[in-house]
Amino acid sequence: MTDLAHIELALMAARPQVLGALLRYFRDLDTAEEAFQEACLRAIRSWPDKGPPRDPAAWLIFVGRNSGVDQIRKRAKNEPLPEEAAFSYLSDAEADIAERLDNSHYRDDILRLLFICCHPDLPNTQQIALALRIVSGLSVAQIARAFLVSESAMEQRITRAKARVAKAQSGEGAVPFEAPDAAERAERLKTVAAMIYLVFNEGYSAGATNADSAALCGEAIRLVRILLRIFPAEPEIMGLFALMLLQHSRAGARFDGEGQIVLLEDQDRSRWDRRLISEALAMLDKAIRHRRPGPYQVQAAISALHARADRAEETDWGEITLLYELLEKLSPSPVVTLNKAVALSKLKGPQAALELIEPLVEKLDGYFYFHGVRGNFLMQTGARDKARDAFGRAIALANSPAEAAHVRMQLERL
Amino acid sequence: MLYAILCYAHEETVFAWSKEEEAAVMEKLYAVQEPLAKAGRLGPTGRLMPTTAATTVRKGQGSAGQEPLVLDGPFAETKEVLLGFYTAEFDSLDDAVAFSKELSAVNPGSSSYEIRPFYVFHPGEVTVGQGDETGDRKAETS
Repeated sequence: MTDLAHIELALMAARPQVLGALLRYFRDLDTAEEAFQEACLRAIRSWPDKGPPRDPAAWLIFVGRNSGVDQIRKRAKNEPLPEEAAFSYLSDAEADIAERLDNSHYRDDILRLLFICCHPDLPNTQQIALALRIVSGLSVAQIARAFLVSESAMEQRITRAKARVAKAQSGEGAVPFEAPDAAERAERLKTVAAMIYLVFNEGYSAGATNADSAALCGEAIRLVRILLRIFPAEPEIMGLFALMLLQHSRAGARFDGEGQIVLLEDQDRSRWDRRLISEALAMLDKAIRHRRPGPYQVQAAISALHARADRAEETDWGEITLLYELLEKLSPSPVVTLNKAVALSKLKGPQAALELIEPLVEKLDGYFYFHGVRGNFLMQTGARDKARDAFGRAIALANSPAEAAHVRMQLERL
Repeated sequence: MLYAILCYAHEETVFAWSKEEEAAVMEKLYAVQEPLAKAGRLGPTGRLMPTTAATTVRKGQGSAGQEPLVLDGPFAETKEVLLGFYTAEFDSLDDAVAFSKELSAVNPGSSSYEIRPFYVFHPGEVTVGQGDETGDRKAETS
């Protein structure tokens, strides 16, 4: 790895904290972004010679703030730009700067930056795109490739989202720059966690077909890790983190060489990423210790039971069924019931599972997975015609060619 | 004398490495350790999960007999955190410093290696554990 590559990693890692702090100073996203860019340029010029500072984020905030102020002054034509030399004392005085910058704000800065991207008026796709552009610092081209749209379409989408946020920030209902109270903070955290999970799912559902989309999983994990650092004692954030790590641990086994979906029970478990699983299990243990269960923790616990089974036959379906029942209580939804039915079918057979999902037909009629699962249960009970109909419906509703191909394969086996 | 060599780094950067970058660094680090291992001087080594996986048990403040506090997160909120360690026998501090310099040279993520001599050392042996973690343990230390 070159020095420059290492500096770029450090800049990327510091971005949410630095941009969040600069946004608090300047109260304007564009000014904050420009100041951050300028600070990064100066870092790339100065760090290779002088070595990276002990606290890169503090350095960048300090330099970014100064350059932002300079820009504002320059525009106002009040004062000339200071010499580059004015920054040269920086490396000597780093420790000093780190102390002068107020650490207590950092946590709310990062959360605010993420939260602003989750404006309720923005559709999900715009929230995700905006967060990836602003918080993660991905290029418009990268985001466009991940969403399989043209660069100009993505540019437009982000510009619109930014304008919407800027408008909201200048009117009533603006996200305030003061530190939020505990209830508001918890509410923000919840909203932001949901948005990050959307980012993850965007990458997860794209699967093996598109490397740029798949990279979104890694980015979502990085964002939750940042949340965990600033809110280390939130069991649901731990749960979300564990859940994403566990799902991501199967990335190398979810698709075969031709890009076809491989079901969980058929996956080559030696291809699961043991390191991600270990960290997820450690995190889940931490979460459970708080005795405050929530939907992310329960989903992670279910996923962990799969991860703990060395072979598909060793899966603890009884425990998984119980966890789905808990999940139904915590966040009832027909999709949860559908998943419970899958677990139940392993315990009590396809007929019991079919009875459980029959009442869901109305609610889930437009859902690919429902018809796929139902077709499977029907197939197992020997109702071949009905199964064929269900699979046909699933193919029509498939979200990706891989999904459609997978159902078609089952149809052929009938 | 027997030393512990503790590796401190900015974890945001280290855990942002791609698999390939990480594998390249690890390979170089193993190469640095190899001569020590061959000479029978290298004890247990370890790589720690991120501090987000850490839990801290802190002695309760105030009245005696108070339950210790169990806190999520590392012992101290610092910019650079403990991410791994080596134990090794060196004839002199100079040798330990030289070894640490070699590690530092091939590890772009490390910021400091702290060299701490041992009073007491019990390597012990962990004989139970879940398959995946034991496997990892072997892979990391062999």
